Amino acid sequence: MRRNLSFTLNGAPASAEVEGEATLLTVLRADLGVFGARFGCGLGQCGACAVLVDGRVEAACTLSAASVEGRAVTTVEGLGTPEQPHPLQAAFLELQAGQCGYCLSGILVGAKALLDANPAPSRTEIAQALDWHLCRCGVHNRILDAVALAARRMREAAA
Amino acid sequence: MIPANLQANPRLDRWVGFETEGRVRVAFGKTENGQGVQTALAQMAAGELGVAFSRLDIAEPATELVPDEGTTFGSISIETSGAAIRAACAEVRALVLAAAAAKLGCAVGELDVLDGAVVRAGTPTGETYWTLAGAVDLTRAPTGEAPLRGAAALAVVGDSEPRVDLPPKLFGAAFLHDLVLPGMVHARVLRQPGRQARLLGLDEAAIRSAAGEEVDIVVDGAFAAVLCGREADAERAIAAAAASARWENAPDVAPGLSEAQTLKTLPSEVFTAGAAEPEPSNRRRHQASYGKPYLAHGSMGPSCGVALFEAGRLTVWTHNQALYPLRRTIARVLGLDPDAIEVRHVQGPGCYGHNGADDAAVDAATLAVRRPGRPVRVQWRREDEFAWAPVGTAMAFDIAGELDPSGRLVDYTAEVWTGPQTSRGHTLAEAALPGDIPPAPPLFPPPPPGAPRFSAGLFNALPTYDIAATRTVEHVIAEPPVRTSSLRGVGGPPNIFASEGFVDELAEIAGQDPLAYRLAMLSDPRGRAVLERVGQMSDWPRRWETGTGRGLGISYDRHRSHGARCAVAAEVDVDAQVRLVKLWCAVDGGLIVNPDGAKNQLEGGVVMAASWTLKEQVKLGGPGIASTTWDDYPILRFSEVPPIEVELLNAREAPAYGLGEISQGGTMAAIANAVAHALGARIRELPLTRDKIAAALLAG
Ligand code: FES
Ligand code: FES
Repeated sequence: MRRNLSFTLNGAPASAEVEGEATLLTVLRADLGVFGARFGCGLGQCGACAVLVDGRVEAACTLSAASVEGRAVTTVEGLGTPEQPHPLQAAFLELQAGQCGYCLSGILVGAKALLDANPAPSRTEIAQALDWHLCRCGVHNRILDAVALAARRMREAAA
Repeated sequence: MIPANLQANPRLDRWVGFETEGRVRVAFGKTENGQGVQTALAQMAAGELGVAFSRLDIAEPATELVPDEGTTFGSISIETSGAAIRAACAEVRALVLAAAAAKLGCAVGELDVLDGAVVRAGTPTGETYWTLAGAVDLTRAPTGEAPLRGAAALAVVGDSEPRVDLPPKLFGAAFLHDLVLPGMVHARVLRQPGRQARLLGLDEAAIRSAAGEEVDIVVDGAFAAVLCGREADAERAIAAAAASARWENAPDVAPGLSEAQTLKTLPSEVFTAGAAEPEPSNRRRHQASYGKPYLAHGSMGPSCGVALFEAGRLTVWTHNQALYPLRRTIARVLGLDPDAIEVRHVQGPGCYGHNGADDAAVDAATLAVRRPGRPVRVQWRREDEFAWAPVGTAMAFDIAGELDPSGRLVDYTAEVWTGPQTSRGHTLAEAALPGDIPPAPPLFPPPPPGAPRFSAGLFNALPTYDIAATRTVEHVIAEPPVRTSSLRGVGGPPNIFASEGFVDELAEIAGQDPLAYRLAMLSDPRGRAVLERVGQMSDWPRRWETGTGRGLGISYDRHRSHGARCAVAAEVDVDAQVRLVKLWCAVDGGLIVNPDGAKNQLEGGVVMAASWTLKEQVKLGGPGIASTTWDDYPILRFSEVPPIEVELLNAREAPAYGLGEISQGGTMAAIANAVAHALGARIRELPLTRDKIAAALLAG
């Protein structure tokens, strides 16, 4: 059964013909050609596919696409652009927080949700918020530092 | 002397070109897997040519466009490829300066290059690489005579240039998995349960009812695949295929074989080397057995490969670590002429080892030649990546040491059991396909004439201290119960875990402090320096008595016994399980091209090795591997990663040693030694889980 799905993707309207059981990750990647959310495990165990739905972190690989009807979805593409990076992206670049980079889309999205809710997280709070996300290359400490740096910059900019 | 990679690809224009005004094309045969190798090599090229880093255009890593530099492995790209690109650039610079001198009527010695411009006594001459490009023949071979700039003159080397590969990865672009080609079909391959298994049948009706009538089903011997226009259909099709496939001769692996010590029960070939057996004496003798289980590469994304066969030519897109070797493998497996195959590298999820990427590429190529004209994309499933990508082999160690009356180690025997450390060039597809496929290269190639036999299972089998007599006994198990291949660092890190644990045991027997005990056996001044430095970083003198639940451990090694020197200290808290408090790492890797990139690699190696040490073990069962999700195969998480301090010593001192796999062995040993200090009891089998801690405490 295919049906029309409409939602907001990174601030712009999006729609696709989707099958009843399709996941949001499939719709993003296969139907809409938006590749920032990665396929990692398909089981909600790794965080590579993380997106925001109305500001909440979700595993796009297990979330039914139908459930985002009318809601706002944010992927890493919605954070910033190379010309106008989000403070998180700028901080990750500055601290070279990444190696292969496969985990980074999900982690950036997870970090954005954290900073939206808690502009001054401690290192422990950042680690807790990102604990679901796996990184095989072992870039954890740089990522924690980069999130803290971005948080500081955002607070300074807001002050 | 002309570096080997340059000798093998002697045309200078394969490495460097000046086709665009103001720009320099540089080409490297090494693949970027997140380690920053392309940035570091580009820094060396810029330094040697005398141009700003920002002028470089790095050629797309494709067989058409870059030289053959074999496999990107062993953390040696900076040594081997660095030497080649520096030599190539030096040759080019010498040719251009000679042409400039002829044109200007002056001696070559009066000229230099400054950001691409030829200068004489510091003044521009009006000539540049680009004005002279037409006057020099870059198709020629190197002379071997062009002088290299001294390390100090390589202005760009030693700067922490930001990595060129990182920016796209922060904005959602970059991976092979995202490649979309016109008309591309999505394929899934049904994995053969073991190399001997025969496919008796598939329920094609069930596959069609799951995925629609258009699904294209390929069955050739035991190689079966489904191809669909839509990826979601391919997923349903493979699930139905897997559920309905009937196999014969699938193995049933005993779960008990997950334990490293069971390697000793498997058929093996034995090789010995080193000193004769020690004469019986009344010296104090100690022996112990260590073990490290099978480990998964655990890349964050399952592997992917894309291939297109058109007009007799095959193009393959891959995220593996070896462009030309993959081309040769595909040519062998599919019976094609290597020259009819183009391999292009696009980045993918990393692990710094031989994961499923090569197999996925061969899968795609196999299907592409059977379905010419349309690009075929093969995406592995997560469970297949865990179950069928090669794993790092388990290893077992029996170590014996003899001490002189002062407690000093004077005789050392390492007996090592190992499966194949590498099986690059061997593919899953070839075991499943029918017909006579020429055999893959041998897993344990014979040594060159006159040279002793050596495999990566012996890397770091002998600790790098001054020991009067040492010997090795290697048991090579050609057919372990699962397929094994290069895990980051191959045999080095596990051997360091075992030998540096054993040295700690000896220090205890000798009644000496572990750091002082090691220093007393180490005359190499650069080795002493890293050990002493890590002692300072970790405030070693505060070390407390054994068995308090808190531990401080240390380790020292040289990469493969002759490369970079590395010392690691670890502080842990142990109750029911191990909590990492902090890790320190001091490294002398010689000349560091990109210090921040080097630290990134060393930090990542520490985290990966901490994860191996505390959490990881592949569980065998069924046709091979039973641990096929992240729940079955946990790795270290953000909340478990401790602060890590890394320091680089002698970073301006040539030569440059590779650093990508330097810190793992020391990390494994330092953590295990710290846990032994905390518990007052030693666990010699990895990983250091809750169960093992409980057992060690009971036994103690
Ligand atoms: S891909 Fe969604 S959590 Fe792993
Ligand atoms: S950078 Fe490779 S998985 Fe995180």
